Amino acid sequence: MKPTHNSFCHYKFPSGSPWSRGSPRPSVSASSPLRASQVVKPGAGPPERVDPAAGRGFRRTDGTRAGAPSLAMDPECALLLPGLCAVLADPGQPVADDTCLEKLLDWFQTVTETGSSLRLLQDNPCLVELLSHVLGTQDAPAGLLSFALRLAGIFGAQESGFQYLQGELLSGLFGDAGPLGQAAWTVPSVRSGWVQGLRSLAQHPSALHFLADHGVLDTVFSLQRDPSLFVASAASQLLAHVLALSMQGAAGSPPAPQDGAWPTCARRIVGHVEESLCSTAAPQVTQALNVLTSTLGRCHGHWTKALWAQLSPLVARLLEREPVPAAHSLVDLLLSVARSPVFSSADSGPWDMAARTLSRLGPLQAGPLALGLLKLQHCPQTLRTQAFGVLLQPLACVLKASAQAPEAAGLLDGAPGSSVPVDSLLSSKSACVGLLCQTLALLEELQPLPQRPSPWPQEALLGAAVTMLRLCGGGAAPASSLGGRLCRTLAGCVRVQRAALDFLGTLSQGAGPQESVTQVFAALLECLESPDSSPTVLKKAFQATLRWLPGPPQPPSCCALSPHTLLFLQELLPVLQKRLCSPCWEVRDSALEFLTQLSRCWAEQADFRRALLASEVPRLARQLLQDPESYVRASAVTAVGQLSGWGLQPASTSPQHPGAQQGLLGELLHILTTDSEGFPRRAVTQVLTEWLRAGHADVAQDTEQFVATVLQVVSRDLDWEVRAQGLELARVFLVQTLGQPGAGCPYAVGLPVASSPSALPAALHALGRVRLLDFALCALLDCDRPVAQKACDLLLSLRAELARRGGLQEAGGSPDPAAVEAALRGWRTGEQGQPLGELAPAAMLAVLDAMDLEGFRGRLAESSDRVERSPQSLLQDMLAAAGVRENQADCY
Amino acid sequence: MKLYCLSGHPTLPCNVLKFKSTTIMLDCGLDMTSTLNFLPLPLVQSPRLSNLPCWSLKDGNAFLDKELKECSGHVFVDSVPEFCLPETELIDLSTVDVILISNYHCMMALPYITEHTGFTGTVYATEPTVQIGRLLMEELVNFIERVPKAQSASLWKNKDIQRLLPSPLKDAVEVSTWRRCYTMQEVNSALSKIQLVGYSQKIELFGAVQVTPLSSGYALGSSNWIIQSHYEKVSYVSGSSLLTTHPQPMDQTSLKNSDVLVLTGLTQIPTANPDGMVGEFCSNLALTVRNGGNVLVPCYPSGVIYDLLECLYQYIDSAGLSSVPFYFISPVANSSLEFSQIFAEWLCHNKQSKVYLPEPPFPHAELIQTNKLKHYPSIHGDFSNDFRQPCVVFTGHPSLRFGDVVHFMELWGKSSLNTVIFTEPDFSYLEALAPYQPLAMKCIYCPIDTRLNFIQVSKLLKEVQPLHVVCPEQYTQPPPAQSHRMDLMIDCQPPAMSYRRAEVLALPFKRRYEKIEIMPELADSLVPMEIKPGISLATVSAVLHTKDNKHVLQPPPRPAQPTSGKKRKRVTEDVPDCKALKPLLSGSIPVEQFVQTLEKHGFSDIKVEDTAKGHIVLLQEAETLIQIEEDSTHIICDNDEMLRVRLRDLVLKFLQKF
Repeated sequence: MKPTHNSFCHYKFPSGSPWSRGSPRPSVSASSPLRASQVVKPGAGPPERVDPAAGRGFRRTDGTRAGAPSLAMDPECALLLPGLCAVLADPGQPVADDTCLEKLLDWFQTVTETGSSLRLLQDNPCLVELLSHVLGTQDAPAGLLSFALRLAGIFGAQESGFQYLQGELLSGLFGDAGPLGQAAWTVPSVRSGWVQGLRSLAQHPSALHFLADHGVLDTVFSLQRDPSLFVASAASQLLAHVLALSMQGAAGSPPAPQDGAWPTCARRIVGHVEESLCSTAAPQVTQALNVLTSTLGRCHGHWTKALWAQLSPLVARLLEREPVPAAHSLVDLLLSVARSPVFSSADSGPWDMAARTLSRLGPLQAGPLALGLLKLQHCPQTLRTQAFGVLLQPLACVLKASAQAPEAAGLLDGAPGSSVPVDSLLSSKSACVGLLCQTLALLEELQPLPQRPSPWPQEALLGAAVTMLRLCGGGAAPASSLGGRLCRTLAGCVRVQRAALDFLGTLSQGAGPQESVTQVFAALLECLESPDSSPTVLKKAFQATLRWLPGPPQPPSCCALSPHTLLFLQELLPVLQKRLCSPCWEVRDSALEFLTQLSRCWAEQADFRRALLASEVPRLARQLLQDPESYVRASAVTAVGQLSGWGLQPASTSPQHPGAQQGLLGELLHILTTDSEGFPRRAVTQVLTEWLRAGHADVAQDTEQFVATVLQVVSRDLDWEVRAQGLELARVFLVQTLGQPGAGCPYAVGLPVASSPSALPAALHALGRVRLLDFALCALLDCDRPVAQKACDLLLSLRAELARRGGLQEAGGSPDPAAVEAALRGWRTGEQGQPLGELAPAAMLAVLDAMDLEGFRGRLAESSDRVERSPQSLLQDMLAAAGVRENQADCY
Repeated sequence: MKLYCLSGHPTLPCNVLKFKSTTIMLDCGLDMTSTLNFLPLPLVQSPRLSNLPCWSLKDGNAFLDKELKECSGHVFVDSVPEFCLPETELIDLSTVDVILISNYHCMMALPYITEHTGFTGTVYATEPTVQIGRLLMEELVNFIERVPKAQSASLWKNKDIQRLLPSPLKDAVEVSTWRRCYTMQEVNSALSKIQLVGYSQKIELFGAVQVTPLSSGYALGSSNWIIQSHYEKVSYVSGSSLLTTHPQPMDQTSLKNSDVLVLTGLTQIPTANPDGMVGEFCSNLALTVRNGGNVLVPCYPSGVIYDLLECLYQYIDSAGLSSVPFYFISPVANSSLEFSQIFAEWLCHNKQSKVYLPEPPFPHAELIQTNKLKHYPSIHGDFSNDFRQPCVVFTGHPSLRFGDVVHFMELWGKSSLNTVIFTEPDFSYLEALAPYQPLAMKCIYCPIDTRLNFIQVSKLLKEVQPLHVVCPEQYTQPPPAQSHRMDLMIDCQPPAMSYRRAEVLALPFKRRYEKIEIMPELADSLVPMEIKPGISLATVSAVLHTKDNKHVLQPPPRPAQPTSGKKRKRVTEDVPDCKALKPLLSGSIPVEQFVQTLEKHGFSDIKVEDTAKGHIVLLQEAETLIQIEEDSTHIICDNDEMLRVRLRDLVLKFLQKF
């Protein structure tokens, strides 16, 4: 699929614009062109004081973060809040939808992060009343209950807020008396709210005491087994967080959690983890491992070392079980430990355990661990060798199975590790496919890393990838019975084919002996030729082929292609030719994209040009300009446009096609004018821009006529990307007419551009003839913001360039005030279709000068929904939904 | 239960199943690959073919001159093409009760069977099978009869001479059974013996078995068959497809729980995916036409051609081929295109629903309406007036030995701009092209075979789980050209039983049960006795009445009244004697207790020996043996009837009577 572009990116014209309809506009006179030098943003506050702690997230004693932008509760919101709380508390009112509550929580989170929650609660007593009300209602709706729990957590995150709420409120909400015992507890969102509330709350020692005093931990332990995965995961995260928090508070690092020196919370959590690790139930082990992974991944205090010392024997005991329980979580844990800076490379414990795990786990589970270890710089060499062996094992197995002679295997010779489990795994199709795809993906990830093992077995890996492709295509002829099984399993397997092609593409970064390269080319050609290759496989094969083809010779056209490459190319072109005729549009599209990229690299190469012109490919590509599928037409436009740019377009064309009589340019303009889909039109504007930039012969004949025609067509296009690309074309023309912007820079290197200061009036006349200013000014009012921004940038650069060259004086004296006034009036009244008429260069300059382009740019930079995203708007929406207050903000 | 295999061709099967006193022929396919050994029959005088050099033996003996011609190193028989018939000697074909036809390709030998073997039974097939089968036969007869050939070669068939011929004539098998094509009269007579059936219709054969056709998804009206009795089920799967093309989808569920599944008619090109091949077909067609060349597609007048036309319908506009004419030339072209539009109930759901709109189910109607597709009965007549090049021609026969295709091969073969695209998988394209060598035109092989491939078969077998699978031997090993492709064979447990031509297979299951009905009054008189919890027994005395393979237990006649008069006496003579029944015994004899009982009754010196089947109790003093086995007890003593009766009574004490 092509990426889709949102062509409905509406830009709401800023209401604060001085020139928006209905608002007073500044008068412009020729003698004093008005230009607003400073733009005042509506609603912008007074200048902020810069806090040195800003951005570093330091927490002040009152818990607020310094230096963040002021988002504190504004008076308007404070006024709306009591009404909102009343709505929320009212059982007769429908509870606002979940997303509103989520937004509300986000807002409170922001407010408390930047200010004191104590003050917030004191200033807005309705909030505490709401919480009390929810607490006091026996059958509060689940959504509201969950909201209240999370809200209380947010307020209690600061110690001052916590103290304010402590007492009946917090213990009522989170303790035994709260929702725990109510029917609402069966609703997962309530349990989730409870855990999340506690997670927010647990930020300070008082919260820890609260947790310990109210027996909350037991509930959290049980929630780890919650049927809702979200609740279970949040519970594990909470335990890890509480453990870390309680250990932060404990000064110094006691030797072991069991010694009694660790805080109660920590001791209890560690005890629970120990118990779970000894459990025979795999889910419990998984939860324990997850808590440990989170803790060791995030906390790097010395106490984590003591914790690991305490728990690692239990973890090691898991490896003795058959099968090893919770293998994925175990891998995560070991990688977390290995990455932790607390353990130095001298600590052999974690490495020993990783080595044991590698040998105990099946290849599918051990793969990610192996890759993770190989990525670590300080991993011991023996372990790296073992890990790489694990990764290579499946490929070694494939090579061994398909080799005619056993000694030809070549991968993993003499490396430790048995291939027996791989052999057995390869017997089941899904396991085999999964393992091979995973292995290829992991090796693909490893290949470009600097810490990849050395020597890198490039040749054997190439052999393995090629063999896999052959097995998938049914072309391999294995001698062994294992090979036969592999053949049966992999024949026609698209997943492995795609993975192998991706991997093969990655391997192109390394060199290989000519023999291997020839094999790669043969395998790629086989894929490209095979009628059974699916469109996705073909696309991957094209991509891999591009990566394997050598880059363009430097300098171009100085040396011929290597005989191997030329031979490959000669075989490739007929395949490409056939693919361009495929009934499947995805294939035609991929083939055209491939052609575009291929010719981009090699268009200047004489052998390539000869081979391409001798084939049917350029002619077929041109025929695809009429394809019924818009994506294909777009790709054909790009391909043909590029080929034509390099002089690779055949002279003769089919006379049936509209516009063909006028040559390719006529055909492209026909598409731009008539095509019902956006993609081909976008491609045409891009190609035409490129042609203008490169001085294509068809364009150079009459550049002004060309630009005028294109701009005229493009300005009426409904697709904003086409209009934006039109502006790009206008920019190129501008540069070519006026010279590079800022060309006066003494350090700029470039060819001298034709225009000299004395030629300015002529250049401006040229701009006038192609109606460039008309086009840009219309685009400035475009309803799609990117177009308006681009137009604004274009006009700004034009004005700057003109100013640099001396402005009005150079343009030929003072403009006719009436003409300027008329032009601006026409434009202001929004007559976008009305051309300004041909303006004298001086008038053009005056018009530009009269406009507040910087102000425009500033307003365009603002998001169009900034008003609707404000907290005030949120509160108003919620109230409106409840019918309390007519919402005037969103009536547009 | 036996299976007689009369054809060695896996996709043109002809088997005879003997099952419960019925003899059922499953398909009668005609192997036409034999025609590849013959020279083509040109519709228009071909100087090239008539000037081919004669072939003589190495020793210069020229008596075969008139029969054999040489072309580019290959030797061909210059005679009317002949076809390889199914075996006719393996079983007396006049005993065949019914013939079940699975699709129109598998009935081409029907006239040979019904008209020349004394066959008197019925043929069952669906309506589209019969109608399209008739078209295929009509086309075949027309192709051969319109080019009469005086000469009929037979000398070369002599075994001693055949041995001296070059390959492939030397290796041709069963040449003595090769026959010339049948006549239209024979076709009509054969087709008149067909009884039409619908999917899932149950047909009783002599009360012994029931046969049912099921949709097989391969072609219009194509069927698989279920042949079942009360306790046995044989499924015959022939030419099935799981792809979504024009026919009704395959009915898999009804094949479940079969004792034996006979599997034939799998794809002949297991390595080619039909989708990919259609893509190749379209690409090559477009490339040729764009270069100003013509495309020739040798094909049958029905089947894949419908799908190809549908693909082209969607493709031609995108490929800019709207102005290129498509010609379909066959004596039955018109009927075929029209028939396809009227068999709505046999089509896939999509096409069926079009009929209710109402729209023609196949888009070739629109191609014809817009003059993009034109059809002609032959190259003579209107066609020569309308003929425009470059063009695409669909015509038969795919063997390239007869039909209008021969003319186009001669006409276009010399130019490399033209292309012949083979889409039918039945003939080796290289062999088909041999008498046209040297050939300048391009040849593309895009065999489109939508029948089951081995992956689909293994899924199907997993799904329906038959106890035993029987298939042609070709399916039990990888194809000879790709011996490493272990995936290209049937893989099932227990391994499939294979057959080859002229083999008789005893199917690996025994019939164990027969259904017998009990008349209600008889059932009413039974008094079951529970001998174990859940198991009750009753003795039945009745008369077994059998008619039309149905068995009924009727109450025995009342004992005859002593009567006078001859008439009545005669009646009583017919009635079987009903003797007073001895009670039946059940239970087992615990040896230890039995020995104790014997001791109680004064027997001493008792010795017990264990045997494989039970025990022997030896009464040494009385020189008597008592053999106790699971289902019998024997008392062996010398002429001491008293002793035997005493012992017998002791044994009976341990057993229940009823």
